[in-house]
Amino acid sequence: MPAPSKKTALAAAAALAAAGLAACSTPDEDDVPGVTDDTVTIGTHQPLTGPAAAGYASISAATDAYFQYLNDNGGVHGREIEYLVKDDAYNPSETQTAVRELVGEDEVFAIVNGLGTPTHTSVLDYLDQQGVPDLFVSSGSLTWNQPETYPNTFAFNADYVTEGAALAQYAVDQNPDATVCVLGQDDDFGAGILQGVETVVGDEVAEAQEYSSSNEDVTAQIGAMMAAECEVNILGTINGFTALAVGTAAQMEWFPQWYVSSSGADYPTLVEYLGEEEAPLLLQGMASVNYLPNSPGSDWYDLFRQINEDYNDGADFTGNTVFGMSVGYLFAEALAAAGEDPTRESLVAAIESGDLAGNGIVPLSYSEDDHAAYRSVGIAVVDEGVQDFVGTTYRVDDGTVEQIEADPVPLENDGVPGQ
Amino acid sequence: MNAPTSRLVLRAALLTLVAIAATFALDPFRNYQLATAAGCFAAVAGLTVLVGLTGQLSLGHAVLMAAGGYGYAIASTAAAEALPGSDALPFLAGLGGAVAVSGVLGLLLGLAAARLRGPYLAGLTLAMVIALPSAANVIPALAGDQGRGAPFFPVPEALSSLIAVEQWHAWLAIAVAAVAVTPLAAMRRGRAGLRMRAVLGDETAARLAAVDPAKVKTGAFTVSSLAAGLGGAVLAVATQSVSPGAYGLGFSLLLVVAAVVGGLGSIGGAAAGSAIIVVLPWLVDSAASALPADLGQRLNGNLAVLLFGAVVIAVTAARPGGIAGLPRRLPRPPFTRNTRTPETEPNQNTER
Amino acid sequence: MDRLVFLLSTGLARGAVLALFALSLVIVWRAARVINFAQAAMAIVAVYVAFALTAASGSYWLGLAGALAAGAVLGALVERGPLKLVPRDTPLPGMIVAIGLVMVLQSGLAIAFGPDHRPVRAPFSQRPFLLGDIPVLSAYALFVLLLAGGVMAVLALLFGRTSLGLQLRAAAFAPETSRLLGVRVPRMVTAGWMLSVATAALAALLLVPTELGLNPHAADLLFVNAFAVAVVGGLDSPLGALIAGLAVGVLVSLVTGYVSAAAAPLAVLGLLTAVLLVRPGGLFAAKEARSA
Repeated sequence: MPAPSKKTALAAAAALAAAGLAACSTPDEDDVPGVTDDTVTIGTHQPLTGPAAAGYASISAATDAYFQYLNDNGGVHGREIEYLVKDDAYNPSETQTAVRELVGEDEVFAIVNGLGTPTHTSVLDYLDQQGVPDLFVSSGSLTWNQPETYPNTFAFNADYVTEGAALAQYAVDQNPDATVCVLGQDDDFGAGILQGVETVVGDEVAEAQEYSSSNEDVTAQIGAMMAAECEVNILGTINGFTALAVGTAAQMEWFPQWYVSSSGADYPTLVEYLGEEEAPLLLQGMASVNYLPNSPGSDWYDLFRQINEDYNDGADFTGNTVFGMSVGYLFAEALAAAGEDPTRESLVAAIESGDLAGNGIVPLSYSEDDHAAYRSVGIAVVDEGVQDFVGTTYRVDDGTVEQIEADPVPLENDGVPGQ
Repeated sequence: MNAPTSRLVLRAALLTLVAIAATFALDPFRNYQLATAAGCFAAVAGLTVLVGLTGQLSLGHAVLMAAGGYGYAIASTAAAEALPGSDALPFLAGLGGAVAVSGVLGLLLGLAAARLRGPYLAGLTLAMVIALPSAANVIPALAGDQGRGAPFFPVPEALSSLIAVEQWHAWLAIAVAAVAVTPLAAMRRGRAGLRMRAVLGDETAARLAAVDPAKVKTGAFTVSSLAAGLGGAVLAVATQSVSPGAYGLGFSLLLVVAAVVGGLGSIGGAAAGSAIIVVLPWLVDSAASALPADLGQRLNGNLAVLLFGAVVIAVTAARPGGIAGLPRRLPRPPFTRNTRTPETEPNQNTER
Repeated sequence: MDRLVFLLSTGLARGAVLALFALSLVIVWRAARVINFAQAAMAIVAVYVAFALTAASGSYWLGLAGALAAGAVLGALVERGPLKLVPRDTPLPGMIVAIGLVMVLQSGLAIAFGPDHRPVRAPFSQRPFLLGDIPVLSAYALFVLLLAGGVMAVLALLFGRTSLGLQLRAAAFAPETSRLLGVRVPRMVTAGWMLSVATAALAALLLVPTELGLNPHAADLLFVNAFAVAVVGGLDSPLGALIAGLAVGVLVSLVTGYVSAAAAPLAVLGLLTAVLLVRPGGLFAAKEARSA
């Protein structure tokens, strides 16, 4: 039966060819990709479907809401920002397709806030080869800060090692004799947190446990930590597993202190998991790190709340919302600084200039030879159902942790840069 | 080489040339999609021959692809370090690595598979897919969930003014797929294919005709996983990376979908099925994104998956034998062996 | 020693849920000779129904009844709906339809309810009792074990001691002969599907309070592990599902506790391979007819 097979194969090839011809487009050589007189088109890859969507789908929605707000207020240099969000289901091969389509077909100006370590790693070389600005990657891996190898890639999250070191330093500062343990995800996130903790306490981590995000049961791990008589548990966990760890320990009548990475310490999200009644009790005293204006009552917080009401259908206001809108603001600030007629080169130069302020509780640390966004983080503690900074801020450099003064960036011009 | 085989090779060469010519009509993104489809085609062709001809249902061909991908990445990285300056040698070494790793894994799995009936083999291969991320975590050479990078194979200088890198990778993909699939097609039509059909039809009769079902099944599984491994190598070339997340359960089941929707046992059907699983989600996504954005964020992404699922159901309902299949070519069901034939019913019931 | 007792007891509670879900796969296999790949997605739809009922009425038990009913209805709908579109003499088209159905159901749920985890409260305390100093089973874990055991006993009675059970088995094993003897085979197949999906819905409902919460993907891994359990036990054997379920639950708990979480799926794969190499039809496989 070779005849039908051959025909089908040819038909498939022909169909592909036709689809290609129909959509073929050749950009003008001197145009800057993604920039027209009145728009700037940028793109991102996010997990909107699949199991990871639960934790992250709200980020790009928040970023998009901020851009709508910005566009309604005149955009940047008279250009509106078009934000193309592609779903990759947290699958590296889908990330490849999504990013190649964004760059090749949609001709975006830049990729902004691509989410995830394994996913974004798979497109790092491609974006470098294409010379596409790869801004504000949404993950705390150290991979994004390699200006020599990836001159166009910039991190956004404080890296996991920094967070782990700051958490451990705070634990030691609070009680030098405490038994410190670590529970981490079985990837670069958990490994980075553990590495950071070890830079502070050396090999005195009493128990280091791992979990795998596909197995939603941490009873065995919590049991081991309980048996090791841990007093301070430092968690390199995503929100769901922070809730699971705290809840599982409470079921065993065990109430140690919890010190949690910014990726898993969002109070409103944890309340959703643990329930309104129990959460304030279980999370009382939980310490965490953060660097964004995640502080109820601050100007940024209130502005973002308002934008969330007006442009995001009043979705749940969580740390993801603040994160997503902060990324949006930072991009707008960078674009404004890139000049009236931005190019990819001027955009990267604007970020490397070190003049961007961002909206964090500490200034950004971008420079020509440093593509990390935040090297300092503030400690936030939950007290009676309110999570807020306590004023302790640490700067982590090459394995040394020093306490510094927080220096929050004030809100200017209602969060619309470049006026 | 006998006459039918040389005709087949000729036809394969022609089809390869046609496919390479077609790349000139495609823009870089579609050439990338074509390369991806070619990688899937090699794996699906292996799967369709395995299921269609021997009735062994593997749900784990994504893992065999991953094995090929890792084999490619490891061998080509090592070769690139040993022989700096050459692009072609690491590529060839990578293909060798892909063949070696996927071949060994396929052989081991095939030895086990020969003893197992349909759903039991399906269960074993499914558990293998779930264990892949753990294996990547535990085995240092696989480099955890971030996976390994593979060397970039740039366009040779002689061609660099003519074609973009995506088109070059599409050529490589088509060539490797051709190398992987042509032996399958030849095998399907030759003696080996006959033996497989004999085993599928009636193992007892096959044994009486001096055909060893275990050997045939093991061999078929190994050959099939070699094709899948080369498919994984193709993806590693096109994406310069291999990671466990890219070869998850969803992708593994999609390969089965491609084989069945295309028509089990048919190579042309495998090509059509691969094109469908690569292009259809993207088409559906594009169509879905044309809808007004204010329908709500939750539709984002999800609507595309929903429509894709619906299309899969509709196509299967319309053509249960697959696009390339005709009703008489439906193979014997791999899940049932003799269970519905009246003579064996008493045996089935005695132990209860 | 303390550690071992603790890990064994957590493993047992997990294993009971696994066993129940595996049993649901065994039921539909016995009734229709198919592996239902949409079992997890269908079960989760039923749990959403239970969630809505419990939220509206405040009663966990009404939700539980709702989940069973919704599971049964869904089983009948799918068996009489999409699966009727494809031929039954070969299982693969049905399997592909089931895979398509998974995509439709899960994305439909995500569109309707969002991707977030919705916390589901357990009807009993999840606080473990102490045996000496060692935390062992909680009230909820006991409830899960008892309910799972009870359901299995009822199903065993149904299959072994009632006329309906006899007809179900007859229709599955010898459809032609049964038809001649007056068994309404299509109706029996539908009944098998209803029983199976209702059982799966119950298992998923019991699982959700111990995990992150209700989400379209909440039972994905349960299905995969339960499939492994059913295969280890022997697809035709309810007893096999029970024993293999408890064994796999305990194995995962022990490996996670003593080795690492990452090693657990590898351990399951290892167990599956070892069992199948020794007994290709699972632990409790029925004896096969000699072939040659």
